[in-house]
Amino acid sequence: MAQASLDAKPAAQPTRFERAFKDAFIAALVMLGLSVPILALRAEQNMSNEVILIPRPWLVVICCLIVFVGRLLLGLFVFNRAPGAKPLVETPSAVKTAWAKFAPYAAQVGLGAIIAYPLVALYLGGPQGAIKWIDNFGIQILIYIMLGWGLNIVVGLAGLLDLGYVAFYAVGAYSYALIATKVIPATFPDLGVWAFWICLPVAGILAAMWGVILGFPVLRLRGDYLAIVTLAFGEIIRLVLINWVDFSGGYAGISSIPRPSFFGIPFNASESGFAARFGLEFSPIYRTIFLYYVILVLALVTAFVTIRLRRLPVGRAWEALREDEIACRSLGINTVSTKLTAFATGALFGGFAGAFFAARQGFISPESFVFLESAQILAIVVLGGMGSLFGVVIASIALVGGIEILRELDFLKAIFGSDFDPTQYRMLIFGLAMVLMMLWKPRGLISHREPTVFLKERKSISGSLVQEGHG
Amino acid sequence: MTTPLLKVEHLTMRFGGLTAIGDLSFEAHSGQITALIGPNGAGKTTVFNCITGFYKPTEGMITLTQPDGQKLLLERLPGHDINWKGRVARTFQNIRLFGGMTLLENLLVAQHNVLMNASGLSILGIFGARSYKRAEKEAIELAEYWLEKTGLIDRADDAAADLPYGDQRRLEIARAMCTQPLLLCLDEPAAGLNPRESLLLNDLLISICREHKTSILLIEHDMSVVMQISDHVVVLDYGRKIADGPPDAVKNDPKVIAAYLGVEDDEVEKTEAEIATIAAHAKGDAR
Amino acid sequence: MEVFVQQLINGLTLGSIYGLIAIGYTMVFGIIGMVNFAHGDVFMVGAFIALIFFLLLSTWFGWALIPALMIVLVLGMVFTGLWNWAIERVAYRPLRGSFRLAPLISAIGMSIFLSNLIQVVQGPRNKPVPPMFTQSVPLFTENGYTVAIGYKQIAIMVITVVLLAVFWYIVQKTSLGRAQRACEQDQKMAALLGVDVDKTISLTFVMGAALAAVAGVMYIMYYGVVNFSDGFVPGVKAFTAAVLGGIGSLPGAVLGGLLIGLIETMWSAYFSIDYKDVAAFSILAIVLVFLPTGILGRPEVEKV
Repeated sequence: MAQASLDAKPAAQPTRFERAFKDAFIAALVMLGLSVPILALRAEQNMSNEVILIPRPWLVVICCLIVFVGRLLLGLFVFNRAPGAKPLVETPSAVKTAWAKFAPYAAQVGLGAIIAYPLVALYLGGPQGAIKWIDNFGIQILIYIMLGWGLNIVVGLAGLLDLGYVAFYAVGAYSYALIATKVIPATFPDLGVWAFWICLPVAGILAAMWGVILGFPVLRLRGDYLAIVTLAFGEIIRLVLINWVDFSGGYAGISSIPRPSFFGIPFNASESGFAARFGLEFSPIYRTIFLYYVILVLALVTAFVTIRLRRLPVGRAWEALREDEIACRSLGINTVSTKLTAFATGALFGGFAGAFFAARQGFISPESFVFLESAQILAIVVLGGMGSLFGVVIASIALVGGIEILRELDFLKAIFGSDFDPTQYRMLIFGLAMVLMMLWKPRGLISHREPTVFLKERKSISGSLVQEGHG
Repeated sequence: MTTPLLKVEHLTMRFGGLTAIGDLSFEAHSGQITALIGPNGAGKTTVFNCITGFYKPTEGMITLTQPDGQKLLLERLPGHDINWKGRVARTFQNIRLFGGMTLLENLLVAQHNVLMNASGLSILGIFGARSYKRAEKEAIELAEYWLEKTGLIDRADDAAADLPYGDQRRLEIARAMCTQPLLLCLDEPAAGLNPRESLLLNDLLISICREHKTSILLIEHDMSVVMQISDHVVVLDYGRKIADGPPDAVKNDPKVIAAYLGVEDDEVEKTEAEIATIAAHAKGDAR
Repeated sequence: MEVFVQQLINGLTLGSIYGLIAIGYTMVFGIIGMVNFAHGDVFMVGAFIALIFFLLLSTWFGWALIPALMIVLVLGMVFTGLWNWAIERVAYRPLRGSFRLAPLISAIGMSIFLSNLIQVVQGPRNKPVPPMFTQSVPLFTENGYTVAIGYKQIAIMVITVVLLAVFWYIVQKTSLGRAQRACEQDQKMAALLGVDVDKTISLTFVMGAALAAVAGVMYIMYYGVVNFSDGFVPGVKAFTAAVLGGIGSLPGAVLGGLLIGLIETMWSAYFSIDYKDVAAFSILAIVLVFLPTGILGRPEVEKV
């Protein structure tokens, strides 16, 4: 963390406390300045539609106090420390050795936990209580893990900055929704129960095609130009979906999208439904659990393909491209087709995830495919550590799980009064968390790189040696 | 005389109003080490960039003759095909390794096209086809061979960016050789090497040229390297060729001496003697 | 013809606003090579600061419109500058020289934070201001259609031109501008020669925010309403403008802003208002495919 340049160089060496106090005082003053117009006065429309200002001095005082105390504590315990000083909290060596023993099995244990999760939730929460936990947390997080793994191919491996990844998610979702609600009923209505399984590959392939179509003209661009063009494409697709009402239903979106069946057996209360066939009492929980495992399998396929591709020439070429594009060209690598395959592969998995999303929701509208989604997926990839599959999992759980947890803070109403609505602070905290996490771990949680092949010994490569790509 | 491996004819490269290379013609023969020398800014690297497809020359023809007699016009091939179809490999003046990848991975990336075909454009590879596994094993063997040859085998699993400078230069040569080129273009391979490393490099280059049927085109400032290993020297000054011939002849060419020292013609004779002594000292140091 | 002239006027007005925001993007990109994603939201914060000061002066103190606007302009620039200074200090400076994507993610986080902060503290509803400068000057009448230029359009264009002149002077003629250009070329070398790099970068952010604040004042003047979510779309369009004009180039940012404004109004008038943003983004993509460094950007020479 950069040293505060706020403090002037004093003649006598001030104590750490003096310095921290001074910094905190200045920070509180800045906060006062920041809050003067925005926090101190709230513009409100009154009964007669006039805008009036409501002063709120206490909010300013509280904010300044929080900043003062926070900066003081930071100054005392985090910044201004003598170089080489011991870390604030030293990890006990026992913990370190325990972790070293556990680390090789982390992936297996994690996978086991993820597989067991719905059953544990069912056991603990009962059929009613478990739905929320499996759907809002389990499925939601797995969708983002899958999207993160898909985008990881483009950004993490090939080093191409894509700010419009949500476009492929949208292509997948709309492909499934349109084929399942319009094409199949009109052509082969008997296939209705199989709709999801037929459309899933189609949606993926369509998204990959869009990846190639959008990628081809723009992959010559480098760095931030590529970023802005991908962002523009993401917005174009969303705006077209909003405005081309005949095609996509506009803002209203598409509803009553067929839900996935258990390989041909629908999840409904009828005689031929899933529950009746298996002699169970009808409950929506079965579908939720089934959906959980579907997205889990889809995500695992993504991970498996990524791991395999990394060990294939194309995956190595992606990483080489991220390291040095010019050297790649001198070694006979066709950089355009290599970039396109990365773009298309990433889009393919985005498309799968999109089709799943449409099938799970039963309703989609352009609202689900805003830039914020792209930003969130990119944040997951970067926070996880570029190229790290495990990092993406941790980052998804932290970010997506965190957002969902913030929905559950109703008990705060008891503290702050019933006017207090914790959900409106959700995105505020989310944005702040993104900033803080980057400040804490700029290279992501897992920044080292695992080599794809070795002669004698697999050694991790420090993240500081790995390039981040220029495209 | 047999057909030359590389034939550069009337090569001209202009950047806006600046003529970096003007009407340059020279040949590089199979099984030989050809050196391209000249003062700073003479346009040597530009010649390399034209040959290896990073620049499209304004005028001129660059012909490469394959062992089967097929002639390829390099300036018409897309950049990456110059390596794959034309079998020309190169290194860079400021080293361009894949720093975050291991040495072994660097050498496998160099065999991309061979492996890509073996993996059935990745599709067979994803399902773990045996043919790909065999191809990968062969590729690793080739990489091991070149790591042994360049003395880097002990560091095969380290990140390339972790290597010291001299080792990075050799790794870049090993990586280029893994593409099994007919012509290897080296841009100042001895720059920044200490005298011992420089001698090892000479041996490596001679062995590449004699044992692997790879001809070498070399840009170098270190005259001891040039004079010891090259069979043929082309001298550039201000983008034009001023001399062309065996090293001894070129060394004594007054035009070359003048270009290097920037002296008038009549002073050439006087300085020639000085140069000889300096060169002798340099040789002595190198030993 | 008459529609065209009217749309030309409207487009130039809108383009002025985009251009002023775009300068903030282009300057920050030029000096630290970072896309300041939160800049659109800084513009929105600027608009809110202006709104509150305007209400304060006009309804509490009963000032007349023009002096109130003048003061609002100055206060808006100062306080928005302070906001951007603080943002740079907290969210970007610690990440300078680090991984390229870290500041970008930090900026995206900041953008989410700012828009939601305003939502929380100012409420999610649209905030209207009383209409001002409603008169307009009729220019000519053709086919029964009167082409007119509004007072506020005149005000926006005049303020833009004056500010650009001042700004141009600062960048070209003052030592601050020289320090900025030096940092753009090589920060380490500039620091070795005694340029205070941190201070220069901070001032760049302050200047960018000040111009965005002016754009914010114009925005509420022109549209008469502002909302916490109004930062994103103008922000993206201004960024598009900066890239279109050639990112890093100041005249390019203004030119790009005017072009985006014109494309948007012309497209709305002649084709379809629904697809005006699609048109702006498509033209961006097309321009970049053929002119990869934008209209006035310096071509990137690939060093081998």
